[in-house]
Order: sequence, then C-alpha cells, then structure tokens
Amino acid sequence: MQRREFLGALAGTALLSAQAARAAAATRAAKVVVVGGGYGGATAARYLREWSGHGIEVTLVEPEASFVSCPLSNHVLGGGKAIGDITLSYDALAARHGVKVVRDHVGAIDAARRVVRLGGGATLPYDRLVLSPGVEVLSGEIPGLAQPGGEHILHAWKAGAQTVALRRQLEAMRDGGTFAITIPLAPYRCPPGPYERACLVADYFLRAKPRSKVLILDANPDITSKGALFRQAWAARYPGMIEYRPQYNTVDVDPATRTLKFDVQDDERADVINLLPPQRAGAIAVASGLATANGKWCEVDFLTFEAKAAANIHVLGDAIQIAPLMPKSGHMANQHGKVAAAAIVALLAGREPDPEPLYNNTCYSFTSAREAIHIASVHRYDAAQRTMLTVPGSGGLSPAPSALEGRYAQAWADAIWRDMLA
Amino acid sequence: MTTTARAIFAALALLIAAGAARAQAPAAADTASASALRARNWAAACAGCHGPAGRAPAGSPVPALAGRGQSELVGLMQDFKQGRREATVMQQIARGYSDAQIEAIAGWFAGVR
Repeated sequence: MQRREFLGALAGTALLSAQAARAAAATRAAKVVVVGGGYGGATAARYLREWSGHGIEVTLVEPEASFVSCPLSNHVLGGGKAIGDITLSYDALAARHGVKVVRDHVGAIDAARRVVRLGGGATLPYDRLVLSPGVEVLSGEIPGLAQPGGEHILHAWKAGAQTVALRRQLEAMRDGGTFAITIPLAPYRCPPGPYERACLVADYFLRAKPRSKVLILDANPDITSKGALFRQAWAARYPGMIEYRPQYNTVDVDPATRTLKFDVQDDERADVINLLPPQRAGAIAVASGLATANGKWCEVDFLTFEAKAAANIHVLGDAIQIAPLMPKSGHMANQHGKVAAAAIVALLAGREPDPEPLYNNTCYSFTSAREAIHIASVHRYDAAQRTMLTVPGSGGLSPAPSALEGRYAQAWADAIWRDMLA
Repeated sequence: MTTTARAIFAALALLIAAGAARAQAPAAADTASASALRARNWAAACAGCHGPAGRAPAGSPVPALAGRGQSELVGLMQDFKQGRREATVMQQIARGYSDAQIEAIAGWFAGVR
C-alpha cells in the first residue's frame, strides 16, 4: 500500500520544494530534552529517535544509574524476585537509539529561553521539553516521618532501595506480628498497587510466618481498583489474615512506638509499617508552575501532551491530570510517551499532530506469587470534549485470579521493558 | 536500518514528495502519509504486551504480530471482537476498536519486516 503511493507521488515530482527541504532540515536539527527515565520518559526518548529517523537530538535526564520498575516490585516484598530482576540498564537507549543519557536531576526550567538547568550546573537548550517526573511522595504531610526513627517508616512507592529495605523489615518481623499498609486518598500512583502488595506480603506470611496479619488502612471509601477481585482473593487464599478498613485517613505516625494516627479513629500499632503519604506531580513540574489542577496535577492537551500552562513543554504519566477512567499506571505512561513522541516529531516537521489518538491500558495485579488479575480499557480521543474517553462496550476485568494471567503479566513486563529500553 | 526506521524513512520521503507534489495531488498524498502514520501510532499501542513493532520477546506466551498477514490478524481481531475466540484480555481490547481501525493496524503489522 505505502510503496505504490510512494512511487506514484515521486513520479509526479522533479524537485523538492524549498518549503519541504526547510522542514526536513529543521527536523534534523531539532533538540528535545526528556526529563525522567521511567515508563513515560524512556518510551518517549526511544520513539522520538525512532520516529524521526534519528533526526531529532534527544537527551534523557535521569538521576538514577539504572531503571528499577515499580510494577512487579511487590514480588521483591513477597520474596519471589530479587531487586536485580526488575532493574534494567539505560545502555541500549544510548547505544541502539542514540539517546544521550545524562545522569542528573533538573534544577530549573527557563521556559521563555527554552533551557533546562541541571543540578550539576550544565544547561540543555531544547526545542521541545518532555517532563515525565512521576509523583512526589509528600512525606512532609506526615509530621512523624521527620522525627527520629521516621526514616525507617518506608513507602517503597518508588522502587529501589526502599523496596529492599522494606523486604528486610518483613523478613525480620516476628511470626504473629502485624504488617500495616496505609493508603492515601486517590488519586495516587498505581491504584491497585497497595492491594497487590497486601496479597504478596500475605503470600509470604502464609509460607514463612503464618500467624502474622496484614492490616490495610485505606483513606478511600472503598478499594480503588479491582475491588471485588481483591476481596475474593483475600477470602479464598488468605482467610483470616488480611483485614481491610476503608475511610482510615492516616495523619501521623509515631516511629518510636510504631503507632499510626488517623483523622477520626483510634490509633493502631503495627510491627512493620508501610505508610503511603499523599502524592502529587513530580516536584519539577509543580515548581515550574505546570500543576494547574489543584496545584497537584498537570493539565495537558491530550493530542500532544503539551502542558496547558506552558508552550513547548509536554507532561506524561503519573504527573498529569488524568482523563476519565485513565489510571496512573506505567502502562499508561508508556502510551503517553508514544503519543507525545509522534506529536512532537510531527510538530517539529511542520505537520499537524495525529487527530485521533487511540490506545489501551492493560493493568495486571498479582494476587499471589503465581496468579494475577487484570483490568483493561481502551481510550480514544473525543474531539467535542477534548479529552480521552473510554470506548463504550470495551474493556473489562478478569473473572478470577489465574496462573495463566500470571504468565501474561510477566510477559507484559518483558514486552514493555523492551518497548521502553531495548 | 531497522524495519521501523525503514518504514519511517519511507513515510518521511513520502512526506517530502507530498510537499513537492502539492500542486498535482495534494490531498491524496497528504492523506496517504497521514493514514500511514496514524496506523503506526495505533499499532504502537499494542507494544506493551506484544513487544515493540509486534516483536514479542522470544518464548513469550503473548503472540508476535510482526510480519503476519493482514487478513490473518483482521480475522483474529474480529474473532475476539465477536466473542468467537476465547481470551483473557483480547476480547475486551478488540471491542474498543472499529473495523477500520483493526484493518489499519493489521496492515501496519503486516508490513513489518
């Protein structure tokens, strides 16, 4: 199909128009800086290179030496995986795709002059800037976390050192102890994540310390994702081990006594506390004035992911103000990265962006070391409402956990990591 | 040059040619290149499970899509969409795509070398 039309168009031409030549030259000279090497940023960097025929210069700014995946990190807590199993290199992005990977964080963005200043002092000019900064975990909203011993109350909501440390706390816990996980009011990164964590810790307890308990203290009025399926799994697999309490809003913690304090209810003590503070868009996005939704999340144009608050700056992933029923998930950030990359390549070449973005979300949660459940949705652009809406009649949930879905979940990880980093 | 790079090179060349051909048949050339890019963008949404360009990792339980026949892929997606083929996820996903979108995406995967 493409080849016939390509030859047909060529037959009708003799010379390149000056306009087309200028557009081609402009594309080859363009610079894009991508901030954040996670599911959104790494994907955007790769596709900006691929879809511009390596014409666009792409610099990826990322503070960590390697990528550590939050998805599947609950298996490290459950003991089924080591942190190395979910750690990947940025080398291929550089070697295969020619992305310049700079290990640093962003100090400031000069949107008027289109320059990014890095923490180490270097400045990066850009034609387009992509921010995929994830979330900032607002530990400052829980006073006790700043008290002596507060550094041992972990969130492990950014995979890496805290994941390993929390696993060690679980290993050291006595049989018969309680693991408490507190969940902030939505929206937060990865809606089903805390409930998956409860499952995988319970799975570990069942094998290693069966008299222990898992206490879920959820600020939300109900389980925020796959609720019926999680309840079913808890009852079937971990009877009597997992207690779920909604409408428990955690306001403080006393690290010395490992006591959690709530808005309304009496204090609760636990042996291991996993406290998830409230979250908002990554700090650089907020500091740059892009978090126009309640000062917490960045509103974007869903055709391009360009921030409503600033021209030439695109925001992806967890940091955005979501469209209806769009989760804050790694899978979704990966989709955002591709839409943004396509749009930026088009815009830098003087073309309009694709007017019909269409993508999907498939989100797997493990209910044990082997079994998983999913929720799926398909999202298409609605021109009238200027947002992404789910397609009526599409999407859905698993009927029940299964080992087959567990294998698909692992396959998802392997495929998407390749899509981002290989 | 990778397959997708080759496809993009062709798309860009088509674009440049389209710019020059504006006087003759502007709408057709622009529409053709825009459609090709749209199919590419839509197909890219499948990579999270099926791998980049539909090249699933070796040994994956999720099937590869790269280079498979357009009519085969359309047939599978229609089977999922109509509930004729069992699946854990694909029926739910397929119902989100129109027949034309399925044709376009399948055509793109068929072109992957």
